[in-house]
Amino acid sequence: MESFFHQLIQQLINGISLGSIYALIALGYTMVYGIMKLINFAHGDVYMVGAYFGFFATTVLHLSFVPALIVAMIGAGLLGMFIERAAYRPLRDAPKIAVLITAIGVSLLLEYGGMLLVTPQPRTFPKVFEAVTYNIGGIVVNSQQIVILVVSILLMVILTYVVNRTMIGKAMRAASFDMDAARLMGINVDQVVSFTFGIGSALAGAGGVLVGVYYNSIDPLMGIMPGLKAFVAAVLGGIGIIPGAMIGGVILGVIEALVSGFISSTFRDAAAFGILILILLFKPSGILGKNVREKV
Amino acid sequence: MFKKGLGLALGACLLTGLFAGCGGAGTGGSANEIKIGGNIELTGGVASYGKQTMNGILLAFKEANAAGGVLGGKKLVLVQADNKSEASEAGNAMTKLITQDKVAAVLGPVVSGNVLAVSQIAQDNKIPMLTPTGTNTKITVGDDGKVQQYAFRSCFIDPFQGKVMANFAAKSLKVAKAVIYMDSSSDYSKGLADAFSDTFMQNGGTIIGKEAFLQKDQDFKSALTKIKAMNPEVVFIPAYYEEVGKIVKQARELGISCPIIGTDGWDNSKLVEVAGADALNNTFFSNHYSSQDTDPRVVKFVESYKKEYNEEPSALSALGYDGALMIIDAIKRANSAEPEKIREALEKTKDLQVVTGILTLDASHNPVKSAVVIEMKDGKQTFKEKVNP
Repeated sequence: MESFFHQLIQQLINGISLGSIYALIALGYTMVYGIMKLINFAHGDVYMVGAYFGFFATTVLHLSFVPALIVAMIGAGLLGMFIERAAYRPLRDAPKIAVLITAIGVSLLLEYGGMLLVTPQPRTFPKVFEAVTYNIGGIVVNSQQIVILVVSILLMVILTYVVNRTMIGKAMRAASFDMDAARLMGINVDQVVSFTFGIGSALAGAGGVLVGVYYNSIDPLMGIMPGLKAFVAAVLGGIGIIPGAMIGGVILGVIEALVSGFISSTFRDAAAFGILILILLFKPSGILGKNVREKV
Repeated sequence: MFKKGLGLALGACLLTGLFAGCGGAGTGGSANEIKIGGNIELTGGVASYGKQTMNGILLAFKEANAAGGVLGGKKLVLVQADNKSEASEAGNAMTKLITQDKVAAVLGPVVSGNVLAVSQIAQDNKIPMLTPTGTNTKITVGDDGKVQQYAFRSCFIDPFQGKVMANFAAKSLKVAKAVIYMDSSSDYSKGLADAFSDTFMQNGGTIIGKEAFLQKDQDFKSALTKIKAMNPEVVFIPAYYEEVGKIVKQARELGISCPIIGTDGWDNSKLVEVAGADALNNTFFSNHYSSQDTDPRVVKFVESYKKEYNEEPSALSALGYDGALMIIDAIKRANSAEPEKIREALEKTKDLQVVTGILTLDASHNPVKSAVVIEMKDGKQTFKEKVNP
C-alpha cells in the first residue's frame, strides 16, 4: 500500500513536469485560436526551433541558462511573427481551410528545412546547470523538474498579467471578442495579431529550451508529438481560453503519467488522443469553455 | 542495428571472380586472377559504414594475396562498385558486376535494405552473394520460409543477440528477475525482446514485466517509475542509442541502480553524450566484436588493420574482413572458382577461424558464432566477455 502511494506521488511529479511543458506550448495554440480562429499547426515546430536557438546560444555564444532562454524566446517570437506576416496575413480573408493547409505547409517546411540546415542527427544539449537529485523519503525530485515548473509558472503569471492588465492585453481581448468591432474602435488589429504570435511562439521557444535541458537531446522532428499533445491539451482546457491551456496541459501530463504507470506504457498515447475524442464528443468547448449557441 | 532508418542494408556482396579460376571459362580477368565483386555503399547516406566494411575486405584480400594467393598462386581481385547507399543503385551495381565484370561471387551490400533489394539478381544469375553486415533474418530465409540458396552472411542475425544477453544475464550477472523495456515501433526491438524472454525463462528466470515506448519519445519517467516499483534485478532494453541514452539517464535519476543491458543498437558514441558516463556504469550490451578482445586472432587483426589504415577497426571492418575470409576459404575448399562450386563450399563452412569468432553456417546460411559483451565503464567501452552460442 505504501509503495502504491509512493508510486502515485512519483507519477504525479513526473506528470506535472511533463504537463507544464505541454501547457507552455498549448498557450500558443490557444492564444492564436482565440484571436484568429486558426489552429496554427506549425506551433510545435516553432518549439523545436526555440530549442535549437537555445542550443546554439549555449554552445556557440556560451551563454548560461537564463540568457540562453531569453535569446531562444526572442528568436522563436520573431520567427512566429515572421511566419504570421509571410504566410498567414496574406490569407486573412481566404477561407479557413486554406489557412489551415498553409499552417501544415509551414510546419513541414520548418521540420525538413531544419533537417537540411542542422542535419537530422540528434544533438546533445549541453549541461547548463548541474542536475541535483533530491530523494525525499523514496520520492525522487530532480532540480531540472523544479526549474521547469518554476519557469513555466513564472511565464504564465507574466502572460496573465500582460493579457489582463496592459493596453496590448486589452486590445488582444477585444480582438478575440470581435475583430471587426475592435478595428472600428481604432485598434490596430494587425499589430495585435502579430504580437499574439510573438508571445505564443516565445512561450513555445521557452518550452523547447526547457525540454532540451531536461531530456538532454534535441532533433528537428522533436516538435511533432509535443505539438499534437499540446493541441489536445488546449482543446481539453477549452481552446481560446488561456487558463484552460494551463489546466489542460497539466491534466494531460498527469493522465499520461498515470496511464503508463498504472495501466501500461503502451496505452499512453492512445489515452492522450482518446481524451481528445471524448472531449470533442461530450464537451467540445473544453473544461473551462462555455457553451456558445450559434446565432441563426 | 543495421536495420535502422532508411535501411542501412549492410550487404557486402562477394562476387568472387570464379571465372578466372576455372581455366578456359575465364571471361573476366586473366588466368592468374580471380575476380570478386564488392557492391558497397561507398558514397551516400551510410558511406561511413561502407568505407569501414570495404577496408576490412581489402585487408583480407591483400593478406591472402601476400600469402601466395589461392588455387595455386592465383591473385584475388576486388572489383568495386559503388551502390550510393540506394537500393536501386545497388541493383545496377549488382547487374554490372555479374554481367560485365563476370565476377565469381559478390561481397555486399552493407545495409539490410540494399541486400534485400539485390538478392534476387544474385539468385537469378546463380552467383553467390555474401553480406558481411546485413542482420535482417529475411536475407537468408525468404518470406516463404525457404532458404535463399545464393545468399550468405558473416554476421549473426538479430534474434541471436537476445539469446546472448539472456544467457549473459542468467549466467554471468546471475539474476532471475528481468524487466523488458522495448521499442514497440521497431521490429528489431520486438524480435530481440521475444528471443530474450524465451531464453531467459529456459534458464529458470522470470520476466516480471514488459513495458514499451515509441521511437522519438522524450519522457520515459512514468514507465520507469513503474519498472522501479517492480524491483527488477536487470532491465533489458533492446533499442537504438538515441532512446537508450535518455532512458538510462532517466532510470538512474529515478534511482534504478540494477544492471541495464542491451544489444548492438547501443553502439554509438552519442550514447555517452546523452546518458552521461556515470549513468552508464553497470550497463552491458552485446556486439559483434570488440577491438579490446585479447583473443590472438583479434589482436593480430587490430594490429594489421591499424598499420594499414591508421585507425581502430570497427565491428563493420571486422565483419567485412570475415566475409572475405569466408569466400577465400570456400574457394580453397572448392578448389575451384566456379560460382556454383563456391556456393556449395560456402554452405559447408564449418569451424572457420575468423576475427569475430569460430564460424559455422547453419542450414539457413546464418553464422553460428560467439558474440561479445561490452561493459560501459566511466563512459568507455570495455570488453567484458565472449558468449558462445
